[in-house]
Amino acid sequence: METDLIRFYDALPGDVLATLPLTLVAAAGVWLVVRDAFGSSLRELAWTSGAALAVGILFEATRLDTEAGTAFYGMVRTGGYASFVNIVILSGGLLTVALSPSYWRRTGQEYGEIYTLILFATVGMMVLGSANHMAAAFIGLETMSVALYVMAGLLRDNEGSAESALKYFLLGAFATGFFLYGIALMYGSTGTMYIPEMAAGLAESGRVALFRAGAALLLIGFFFKVGAAPFHMWTPDVYQGAPTTMAGYMSTTSKAAAFGALILILRDIASVDDWSPLFALVATATMVLGNLLAVAQSNVKRMLAYSSIAHGGYILVALTAGGVAAWSGALYYLLAYTLMNIGAFGVMAFLEWDGKAGQEQTLDSLTGVGLRKPLVGVAMGCFMFSLAGFPPFGGFLGKYAVFAPAVAAGYAWLVVIGVLASVVSAFYYLRVLYVFFMRSPESAPESAPPDAAFSSPLALRIVLVSCAAALLVLGVAPGLLGVIRGFF
Amino acid sequence: MSIPHITSLVIFLPLAGAGLTLLARSDRAVRWVALGTTVAAFLLSLGLFAAFDASPELGGTPQLVDKVAWFPESVDIKYFVGVDGLSLLLVMLTTLLGPIVVLSSWHYINKRRQGYYTLLLILQTGVTGVFCAFDVFLFYVFFELTLIPMYFIIGVWGGPRRIYAAVKFVLFTLTGSLLMLVGILYLGYAAGDAVNGGVFTTDWYKLLAFDAPASLQAWLFPVFALAFAVKVPVFPLHTWLPDAHVEAPTGGSVILAGTLLKMGTYGLVRFCLPFFPHAAYDYALPFAILATIGIIYGALVSRVQSDAKKLVAYSSISHLGFVVLGIFAFTTEAMQGALIQMVNHGLSTGALFLLLGMLYERRHTREMDDFGGIARTVPVLTFFMVFSVLASAGLPGLNGFVGEFMILLGAFQSDLIGHPVLIAAAASGVILAAVYLLWMVYKTFFGPLDKEANRTLRDMTGREIALMIPLVVLMFVLGFAPNRFLQKSEPATQFLLDSIREKRMAAEDARPAQDAARFFGHASPASDSKSPQAVSEPNN
Repeated sequence: METDLIRFYDALPGDVLATLPLTLVAAAGVWLVVRDAFGSSLRELAWTSGAALAVGILFEATRLDTEAGTAFYGMVRTGGYASFVNIVILSGGLLTVALSPSYWRRTGQEYGEIYTLILFATVGMMVLGSANHMAAAFIGLETMSVALYVMAGLLRDNEGSAESALKYFLLGAFATGFFLYGIALMYGSTGTMYIPEMAAGLAESGRVALFRAGAALLLIGFFFKVGAAPFHMWTPDVYQGAPTTMAGYMSTTSKAAAFGALILILRDIASVDDWSPLFALVATATMVLGNLLAVAQSNVKRMLAYSSIAHGGYILVALTAGGVAAWSGALYYLLAYTLMNIGAFGVMAFLEWDGKAGQEQTLDSLTGVGLRKPLVGVAMGCFMFSLAGFPPFGGFLGKYAVFAPAVAAGYAWLVVIGVLASVVSAFYYLRVLYVFFMRSPESAPESAPPDAAFSSPLALRIVLVSCAAALLVLGVAPGLLGVIRGFF
Repeated sequence: MSIPHITSLVIFLPLAGAGLTLLARSDRAVRWVALGTTVAAFLLSLGLFAAFDASPELGGTPQLVDKVAWFPESVDIKYFVGVDGLSLLLVMLTTLLGPIVVLSSWHYINKRRQGYYTLLLILQTGVTGVFCAFDVFLFYVFFELTLIPMYFIIGVWGGPRRIYAAVKFVLFTLTGSLLMLVGILYLGYAAGDAVNGGVFTTDWYKLLAFDAPASLQAWLFPVFALAFAVKVPVFPLHTWLPDAHVEAPTGGSVILAGTLLKMGTYGLVRFCLPFFPHAAYDYALPFAILATIGIIYGALVSRVQSDAKKLVAYSSISHLGFVVLGIFAFTTEAMQGALIQMVNHGLSTGALFLLLGMLYERRHTREMDDFGGIARTVPVLTFFMVFSVLASAGLPGLNGFVGEFMILLGAFQSDLIGHPVLIAAAASGVILAAVYLLWMVYKTFFGPLDKEANRTLRDMTGREIALMIPLVVLMFVLGFAPNRFLQKSEPATQFLLDSIREKRMAAEDARPAQDAARFFGHASPASDSKSPQAVSEPNN
């Protein structure tokens, strides 16, 4: 015991350094709670959290090519794969922090805990995404989820927001139960909580049925968190009711974290257990349902919620295929998806205050926005085309990266379903754009007169331009795919 | 050869111009930047034409190549562009139409000019890239890239039903092309296993070297062909075309008819035939029948239109039916005819759309009943219209005749589709074309001048005459001296047909040689002696 403790303290500086972004963001979160309590300006809180996230990104970027390792007694992974997942999560957090001040100022409900919650949720996601031990995965999942439940309900006097939070909390807690029970059964059958050792443990004990039962329950938990059918029901209600910037944040980073953990779990148990048929089924249902239901939506936020379900389905196609190329494709897709979806939600968040009409967030209320606000319009064009998977945007190469390995693995039929679903998705994404650009305001009689003083804040413009530019780079320069392949 | 990276320059110069138009401060500057870059691209492409070596032994080699690594090494996807005989004339056509379209939009587009010209330039990069790409994945990227600008050009600057037309255009094309993407991926892995050491490849020459099993071809061919057939469009997938054409602004229609449709026929020639020769042989007759139906159907529907632009739109279906017929004849004459007919159609239909656009600018109507007798008020426009119509209808001495004649001749000689009834039916399309086109000219330009508004029509301005002259001159030159152009594409056509023949030979090995010779028809016996070396040249 004592030697354990000594070894722990000996390793501590190294571990902290290796997981610097994690500790830094956590520490910044605590610091923000304290500063907020002593009445610091919201401006300071925003800048502090932004700085912590930015430093985290820079740090992880330097560690992308380092050897993957573990820290804190093998609880979390570091370097390589974990660094990439963390970069996706931290970027999502940073973009959301940048979008937040102007959004919340307009709601009139600007609280300091917004930033604290983003930081804590980010910490949870990073732990989940880089988990090497089932306990770490669970702790990460819960830290993330609790922060997200609160986030969804931050618009305190808004009924939709409260409903969103409550729904998310009840269903989420239920799913967590499945997750935990799954971990227990897997531990029972393998005798270990360390993910990489589970396969060996199972081979030793031979209790395959118990392990399968555990893995199935665990997968239910994951499917819930990534919004895969048939566990997707909560997504539209939650995203529609949640504050818009937060909806963008949770729809992207939480997927990145959950998929980040799931990919490694699948990789490590691939030798003893093959879940491909189930994944194929879930991917099909998710892509088809997400896209078909999105067509029927007139509220753009809700449409984006369904579309984010569908995007989870595309990533599941890669997980169905399995293998290095597929997993790296999934990671590439997650990065592109994070940028384009946060961008799209960012545009919607901005438009929410565009006169009275904007708050409805229906297609009709957005008439002619692209012509009045060319920058916002062009950026939205990039995001929509990228989401629909058109070159030269990141969404296209992302789709290539998840679909190509699936074709190679013999799932051409699944890819055909995927591309047909994409055609459906093109219909509703293009619909947003024609409302933006091709309908002139005169032809929509009901729309309230646009607010003349309504100007786009600098932070928003920076976020939109950088997301769009990054998507262009991801769409024409696939060099990153090679880097990601090196992680496995 | 004197200019390094000339092919890439021709492709990406318009894109650079698009960046400049975004920076331009005034509408005036935007138009001049657009004109300048398209003219520069055209002049560069003249260099391409001059540097192109049409000697027979180079038939199977891309020229003026730029080839650099693009994807990480785990897959063999490269930035690989160049020109060969199949693409050279289409590249020239694209760059030629560039400045013409810019000029034709000079006053026609009077709102949001900056956006319009930016999209137009991006579109030109996409189309040129499609014709220059020698990597299937790169081809696909350019192919899809053309959808985005065209969607906006139709949707923002188009007519009353523009949104319906734009969405229909995108969804039709997208359905076909995304399925083709799955096909490309599948083919890439299969070819990678067979000829590229297990590495996924989309290099055109490696895919050409891969002789896909017949069972694979039987379903990959339809997948590829569907994407291209939508684009051409082959009957019965044509329904998006009249909508898109009628609603698009003049410039959009010209690009659509002039070059975008050619991406479909070009794709058939470039990919479907050489990659899947067995399946292409099996599907030749169905395609020829569909093409013939398209020829007659397009012509008959044209005849009953009251809107002149719609008439020309349907005539495109008819004219491209000839091209498809020529492609699936598998004879040198027909293939050469199809290639030259693609250019012809781009010139003459482009000219017709331009002229109708000029009339629309003056009268804001395209109904033929609203005109009549205007030959007296706009004699110059009438001259150009009659000239273009005669070219389009295939008057001997003008360009349309050359292509249609070669196609019909080659198709008739073909053992695959050379059924007299079929060819006679297709040939009737030429007569029908004369009927509906001359009828259109008669109703619009001749007869009594009975509408007051038509008495004061302005004739063509200097700008309008200037943009028509290159087209008219080329129609004349192509009609009188087609060999100058045909010889550029001859080696590549020969190479293509030889490689198809070689793959067929390999498959038919068991049968006596005579039998095979009968099967392949009379297509240019002279070529048999020189084919094997040319075929085995690339990437070995």
